[in-house]
Amino acid sequence: MFQNEMKLEFPSKSQNEAFARVVVAAFASQLDPTIEELSDVKTAVSEAVTNAIIHGYENTQGTVVLKCKIDGRKLTVEVIDYGKGIEDVELARQPLYTSRPELERSGMGFTVMETFMDSLEVESEPGKGTRVIMTKEFKQL
Amino acid sequence: MVFIEYIYCKFLFGGIWMQLFFDRKDDVLLIKLMGELDHHSAEEVRIKIDNKIDETGLNKIIFDFSGVNFMDSSGIGVIIGRYKKVKEFNGKVAIINLKPHIKKIFELGGLFKIIKEYDNLQKALLEF
Ligand SMILES: Nc1ncnc2c1ncn2[C@@H]1O[C@H](COP(=O)(O)OP(=O)(O)O)[C@@H](O)[C@H]1O
Ligand SMILES: [Mg+2]
Repeated sequence: MFQNEMKLEFPSKSQNEAFARVVVAAFASQLDPTIEELSDVKTAVSEAVTNAIIHGYENTQGTVVLKCKIDGRKLTVEVIDYGKGIEDVELARQPLYTSRPELERSGMGFTVMETFMDSLEVESEPGKGTRVIMTKEFKQL
Repeated sequence: MVFIEYIYCKFLFGGIWMQLFFDRKDDVLLIKLMGELDHHSAEEVRIKIDNKIDETGLNKIIFDFSGVNFMDSSGIGVIIGRYKKVKEFNGKVAIINLKPHIKKIFELGGLFKIIKEYDNLQKALLEF
């Protein structure tokens, strides 16, 4: 079975949202994904990284860790921050729930990740940080 | 190849995330977006559009998405926010030229409940 992995760390600057999704798309292209699969992954990564930056670290600066793994035709993406954490993960994952409506957030980030990937796991501890793990199985060629 | 080009452009011309082009057709403000609508570009997009709305006093907006090749849920907030702004003055918002992937995000965000999509500008201007 084909396997590969990578890890990347970057500061919580909003410029790195685009950087992160392009890197993951480039990494995933070894699986010869369709354009649609690639768009799905890019959007999900953008959501997770944006959340780490605006919710995890709010206005402070911290490090975002991005890990990717390929096992056969399955891609696993992990986005980790050591920021403020989530009190109630179940509530946070509800469609339309946002703690920052004043920033014109839509509360649809987790819903987008769930819809565009095959699985989504959120582990979080208040004061410690958040880890989002997403997987997607790419179609057989 | 495409990716190398993409990354190259992004970091060489890093400042140009999103470009906006404004046009006016009778009582309609036409806004063409070119680039990527994410959290990074959202703030600037929001300010520029709101300034233009205030400056022209127009309350009918057509967004042309033909040049938008990426949007995440930050874009939903931007569109709903502009809708709410013109709604206060009995305005409305329409959208044209959505790419399939961005359409999926519009659907998820329930945007078609408040914003009508048209096939092209002519149709939008006629029926809007
Ligand atoms: N990495 C994170 N750190 C802390 N809180 C988070 C994180 N990710 C998400 N959240 C919380 O979950 C909520 C919902 O996230 P999301 O669905 O992406 O919506 P939005 O980003 O539009 O608020 C956020 O408003 C925030 O309160
Ligand atoms: Mg979000």
